[in-house]
Amino acid sequence: MKDGKKLVGARVVNEMSMRLPSLSVNEGMARAAVSAFCAQLDPVATDIADIKCAVSEAVTNCIVHGYRNTVGMIYITVKLCEGGVVRIEIKDRGCGIEDVGQARQPLYTTDAENERSGMGFTVMESFCDKVRVYSKCGKGTTVTLFKRLNTK
Amino acid sequence: MAKNNCKLLISCEGDILVAALSGELDHHGAVAVRTLIDKQISDTSPRKTVLDLSGLDFMDSSGLGLIMGRYALMSKMGGEFCVRNPNERVVKIFKLAGLERMVKVEQDGKESKK
Repeated sequence: MKDGKKLVGARVVNEMSMRLPSLSVNEGMARAAVSAFCAQLDPVATDIADIKCAVSEAVTNCIVHGYRNTVGMIYITVKLCEGGVVRIEIKDRGCGIEDVGQARQPLYTTDAENERSGMGFTVMESFCDKVRVYSKCGKGTTVTLFKRLNTK
Repeated sequence: MAKNNCKLLISCEGDILVAALSGELDHHGAVAVRTLIDKQISDTSPRKTVLDLSGLDFMDSSGLGLIMGRYALMSKMGGEFCVRNPNERVVKIFKLAGLERMVKVEQDGKESKK
């Protein structure tokens, strides 16, 4: 691993959490808040853009899939860790994903009629160093994004 | 209605419909602009539809859905479709989905690749 520094399990130096209802108008707020918090590590602009996009995908999944046709709470926790590692947990108590492996496949979608591209997880995986998905049917889904930031 | 950070400006250049998006194109924004663009397409039956992305500050995979949907609609009507001036970030997302192989991309009015 780069610089021999840990991506998972690095010591947490600062953290914040927020919760917001699964209204699509909150997508912009969620990614802006997470990226503003990460900005204190002084990351390069592309890393901030990557985080914004990955968070937007995860939050949209909660709204569109987790709480489809209902409104529930989305819980977001951001941990800034040693070595410029950021760990972002995005959790819902929605319907859960039956087959996580299938959901992570590029272009796989259960909502083509609403023009979902099926690229959400692919974007998260491309823009982060690691994506962990824990899901239980009827209980909800937790997506954890890990990213090592390149600082200025 | 809740505020939409994705702004849409529709104009016509002859029989070409230009839909210029600015601001942030996410799921929230895409749902709103999609209806407006489709209404314009069905009202005016343009020969070609151009989605101008030069004003976008942000786009996620919801933008891909919007682009693929309009491409499919124009193809069904026997018309042309292209995307104009996507920025570096948008191109990065296009490439993840292989969209640049399917949809024409113009830079500053010139077709650069198909």
